[in-house]
Amino acid sequence: MRNPGGSPAAVRCRGLVKRYGELVAVDGLDLDVAAGECFGLLGPNGAGKTTTVEVLEGLLEPDEGEIEILGMRWSSHERELRRSIGIQLQDTRLPDKLTVAETIRLFRSFYPGGPDVDDVIARVQLQEKRDAWVRKLSGGQRQRLAVACALVGSPRILFLDEPTTGLDPQSRRALWGLVEDFRGAGGTVVLTTHYMDEAARLCDRLAIIDHGRVIAQGSPRDLVASLGAEQVVEFSLASGEAPPEHELAALPGVSGVRGNGASWALTVHAVHVTVPALLARLAREGSDLARLATHDATLEDVFVHLTGRSLRDA
Amino acid sequence: MRSSLWQLTLTRLREFVREPEAVFWTFVFPIVLALLLGFAFSSRGDQDVHVGVRDGAGAAAVVAALEDVAGVRVRLLDEEESAAALRRGRVALVVVPGAAGVTYRQDPTAPGAREARLVVDDALQRGAGRRDPVRASLERVEERGSRYIDFLIPGLIGLNLLSTGLWGVGYTVVRMRAGHLLKRYMATPMRRWEFMASFLLGRLVFLAVEIAAILLFARLVFGVEVRGSLALVAAFGVLGAIVFTSFGLLVASRARTTEGIAGIMNLVAVPMWILSGVFFSYERFPDWTHGAIRALPLTPLVDGLRAVINEGATALDTAPAIAVLGAWGLVAFGSSMLLFRWR
Repeated sequence: MRNPGGSPAAVRCRGLVKRYGELVAVDGLDLDVAAGECFGLLGPNGAGKTTTVEVLEGLLEPDEGEIEILGMRWSSHERELRRSIGIQLQDTRLPDKLTVAETIRLFRSFYPGGPDVDDVIARVQLQEKRDAWVRKLSGGQRQRLAVACALVGSPRILFLDEPTTGLDPQSRRALWGLVEDFRGAGGTVVLTTHYMDEAARLCDRLAIIDHGRVIAQGSPRDLVASLGAEQVVEFSLASGEAPPEHELAALPGVSGVRGNGASWALTVHAVHVTVPALLARLAREGSDLARLATHDATLEDVFVHLTGRSLRDA
Repeated sequence: MRSSLWQLTLTRLREFVREPEAVFWTFVFPIVLALLLGFAFSSRGDQDVHVGVRDGAGAAAVVAALEDVAGVRVRLLDEEESAAALRRGRVALVVVPGAAGVTYRQDPTAPGAREARLVVDDALQRGAGRRDPVRASLERVEERGSRYIDFLIPGLIGLNLLSTGLWGVGYTVVRMRAGHLLKRYMATPMRRWEFMASFLLGRLVFLAVEIAAILLFARLVFGVEVRGSLALVAAFGVLGAIVFTSFGLLVASRARTTEGIAGIMNLVAVPMWILSGVFFSYERFPDWTHGAIRALPLTPLVDGLRAVINEGATALDTAPAIAVLGAWGLVAFGSSMLLFRWR
């Protein structure tokens, strides 16, 4: 299973299925991650992202499907694979009463090779906290330490599971910087997120996941372009009735409609044509607007377009 | 030592010394316990027998006969009072004077009941003029090595090894599992046996301090001497630590919550506290139970330590105890490796 180019894909999986009793968490998933790219799994909570990466990481046994990491399988090359990948789990409580340096030294000792402890501390910018107990670190610092523990073995692939969930904007940017540095040095990154801005900023390619399946795959730009429109017009009504859906769809410049009752979103390729037509139509209906907004189409709109739900409340 | 095994062991040591409560329960608590129990039992000596006399005809004579007897405390009670005093255990015996002698009222199964009856009867019969044909005298034996405190100290060492192994290791592992730290370790190339072994090595480092503290204290305060070889005491300590640390890993191999593991640990520990002869000899249990009691891991540890410390037993004398302990160590460590759940 090699690429035409000759070098094995960083991650390749086919027909992945993982069930928990009745619940099918991952439902026939195919992925290809090329060496050197940052690949994102974007989806709402409960979509199966964590289960998918934990199966890829060899921490969970899949019920069906095949996985190759760097051209190797978990069943035959576990030891070598463990040394070649770095993992940050979604929610790990590192020992409270070890210092940052002690924690990194401990994890470093598990790997045959890798950078110096202080070198890793500098890369995650925890020099000032070098001798502070883990207990005393902020959420963002802990997360950087978790990534540091994933970097100690000089991995070829870095797996990050929701690395910035719950962090403040500054900490998120610091973590994004870390990921970009790792990529810049030629590393491959696989990350899960339910933040579309994170996915758009970091990832070369994305798989949008819902109910354990890949529902769309491609670069962030291509995925947005697949909507066939660049902008979204959202409106909600204070009173009166909206025109029926097929009439909204027939407005000039509209390529997609979703919504119900009083709240609607139109994907459009010409806001300046659509909005006057919409306003005229609403005026004829005798309806009052509570809100009218337009924004550039995002991955969020892609997700809503594909599932009818938004990432946040899915 | 492999650097990862060393780092893991170092982590165990750091986690322990940075937890002041763990240090207290490991080092200070057994000494406090020894102090309390040592004084409680050494000051007991011959205890007075408390006796009531039911008020009525002839009561004054009985009180007079008992009043001056050493070790008997007598009081005059009416019918209601005497019943209440018996019920509450304030007296072990009530003497009811009658026309043709006396009646002893008591619950014969209450503690000290028989002793009270014999002492009182003896005093009354002698007071009435009985003469004893055999001359008897008492020689007090307080030989070192045979006092209660001598019995207690090896028991406390064994108990401490049991508690620190089970609780110290068990809770630590379960907290790691709950915080997904075990899963995180599994995601590294860490060798699993090294993780398990770090608990054993970590315990061994503190073991020496732990045992030395108790023995030194017992020596200074109660004059408890180690008659056998210190090396053999240490060997029992190492074996005991290995056995109970492995038990800690074993009981923690599946549990996900500290509440869950607390129950399992009590289930394992409480029978041994009671049966294995820590505070009192298991010879008090029926003969048919002794085989099973000796098969419990704490029993050979306490028996072995007692034989070495109090009787100067040699390695050869204690070989059976060492064998039983060694077998438990292998079984417990082996099964914890097999059963251990990393998620």
